[in-house]
Amino acid sequence: MTTLLRTPRLGAGLAVVAAATLALTACAGDAPAAGDSKAATATSVADFGTFADLEAAAKKEGALNVIALPRDWANYGAVIDAFKAKYPEITVNESSPDISSAEEIQAAKTNEGLDTAPDVFDLGLTVALQNTDVFAPYKVQTWDDIPDALKESTGLFVGDYGGYMSIGYDSSKFPEPESLDDLLGSDYKASVAINGDPTQAGAAFAAVGLATVQSGGDLDDFQPGIDFFSELNKAGNMLKLDVTSATIASGETPVVFDWDYLNATHVADNKAWKVRVFPGTGYAGYYNQAVNKNAPHPAAARLWQEFLYSDEGQNLWLKGGARPARMEAMTAAGTIDADAAAALPAAPTTVVVPSEAQSTAAGTLLGEKWAAAVQ
Amino acid sequence: MSDPQPDRTATLDGVEPTAPPRRGASRLLAWLGLVPFAAYVVVFLALPTVLALASGLFDADGAFTLDNLGALGDPVILATFWSSTWLSLLTAVLGAVFGALVCYAMLGLSETGGIRTAVDAAAGVFAQFGGVMLAFAFIATIGLKGVVTQLLLGAGIDIFADGPWIYELPGLILPYVFFQIPLMVITFMPALSALKPQWAEANLTLGGTRSSFWLRIGFPVLAPSFLACTLLLFANAFSSYATAAALASQGSQIVPLQIRTALTSETVLGRENLAGALALGMIVVVGVVMWLYSLIQRRAARWQA
Repeated sequence: MTTLLRTPRLGAGLAVVAAATLALTACAGDAPAAGDSKAATATSVADFGTFADLEAAAKKEGALNVIALPRDWANYGAVIDAFKAKYPEITVNESSPDISSAEEIQAAKTNEGLDTAPDVFDLGLTVALQNTDVFAPYKVQTWDDIPDALKESTGLFVGDYGGYMSIGYDSSKFPEPESLDDLLGSDYKASVAINGDPTQAGAAFAAVGLATVQSGGDLDDFQPGIDFFSELNKAGNMLKLDVTSATIASGETPVVFDWDYLNATHVADNKAWKVRVFPGTGYAGYYNQAVNKNAPHPAAARLWQEFLYSDEGQNLWLKGGARPARMEAMTAAGTIDADAAAALPAAPTTVVVPSEAQSTAAGTLLGEKWAAAVQ
Repeated sequence: MSDPQPDRTATLDGVEPTAPPRRGASRLLAWLGLVPFAAYVVVFLALPTVLALASGLFDADGAFTLDNLGALGDPVILATFWSSTWLSLLTAVLGAVFGALVCYAMLGLSETGGIRTAVDAAAGVFAQFGGVMLAFAFIATIGLKGVVTQLLLGAGIDIFADGPWIYELPGLILPYVFFQIPLMVITFMPALSALKPQWAEANLTLGGTRSSFWLRIGFPVLAPSFLACTLLLFANAFSSYATAAALASQGSQIVPLQIRTALTSETVLGRENLAGALALGMIVVVGVVMWLYSLIQRRAARWQA
């Protein structure tokens, strides 16, 4: 995900450099004591004793560093505020909300040993799979509710919320698209944008994945998806501008490929904004939670995980239009926020998620073909 | 955007003073005087260059490799370098020509007059007006929903009849020219002001005409500094990042955007070191430009005594 404002990112880069310089000059004694070693190696609440003991240890640390959590992304603003309200003793430091998953890992490495390092990550699957050596395994109390397909078996990283690739559009100006091919028509001239560049951003990568499966291809080969966008570009319908809340509000980007939970938030920018998930094969993607193994606040990091996977945390994500990992179990238990669940767009008949090998192959293909395809 | 360049054209009244012969101690002091500048160059120029070069020569595990440099021969990367080069060249030439015309027009005005002072001040500001601000200014005026676009549509003119070019490579030409022209005005004006009225008088006395003055005296004298300023504009456009980042989100058509992709991508992983190789490629291109600049500068010095 990217934003129009690059300055914070530049600032973050400078901060990272400065922090790295500090790290080089800091004496070992300056590094914060990484909690007590018990918290840093805890793999579940049992290692602390009871849940109350975990809360006490986290309050003693008094701070939590989160990174790359935009407040308008899957309702994260409300999630962070609810955590603050519940644990006023813990200061939540939000840094660099708009950086990419890859940059989160870089921030952890460059700030290692400093109390500014991120405690927890929210990552795309590709980056999570590549960086398991940076994570500490942790299983939340509600571990059994999370489908096996969404979690690494030891708890190194766990799917947190997800959604389907969708088309958001301004219903006051455009007819509802019934299929991908509708977007090639003259109705959509110079109006279709992707949220980011597929060789950089997970959401944009998924847009090409959706175009692939909707064109009758499969995830082993993203070429049909690349061909679709190439055609869209030749038709003069493709917009190559970064999508932000501002471009939606001004009408500059009236039709947008993005996760359904992100498209859903744009109703705030444009009352006529609607979200369309095509029937047939859908493309799903989950983001993942992981704890930094060198977290400066190991207990707070684990408490944050417990909060995210509690009924309260899961329902907050659901309110943001995202499908939380425990959705099935909570629906069965009756703890789900029924109104928020009913507001989600209808799910496609079949859903695909790319494997690691498929993602890697697609990434390589996009690196070679994408720039030329949309020239 | 690059920093504003100090004007490198020598002034005419500054005659080189002849230095008295020095003894060892004062010579040492003179060398010491160079230390602050040398330290500045090492920290802000040499060190980043070495770090960038070094990262391009290693793989993700820190082992020495030439693969990243080999990747510079990749067709996509080559195409990107070519896009960057022609875009910079085109905007440098456009900026130089129009900037020089503005300078020429200003010659007729008194140096302390209101208009010239205002143009000088405006050029100083607009030469540094870039990045997100500039991109947004263009989106707000000639974007798809921009004020000017809508006015023209009202008059029956659709500037985007062939597709939304503003968010593609051609859309970068206009914003780049927007900051190139003022930079040319800043750097070229001193050279133009240095044309001596005596030369024009001599030309007339010897039976020359206005056109023979420009043909035989004006252009030859100005050519070196004109070309040097053009090269400066090239380097300025070649290294611009933020304007393009805010305007063109697909395809990373210019090298600085490729570097961003290599460093921050969450879909194509493990290419951080390619960024170093790309930076090396850019340093080579700008190095060549700077070498040409110095050649031309040496030639220009002959006329400025």
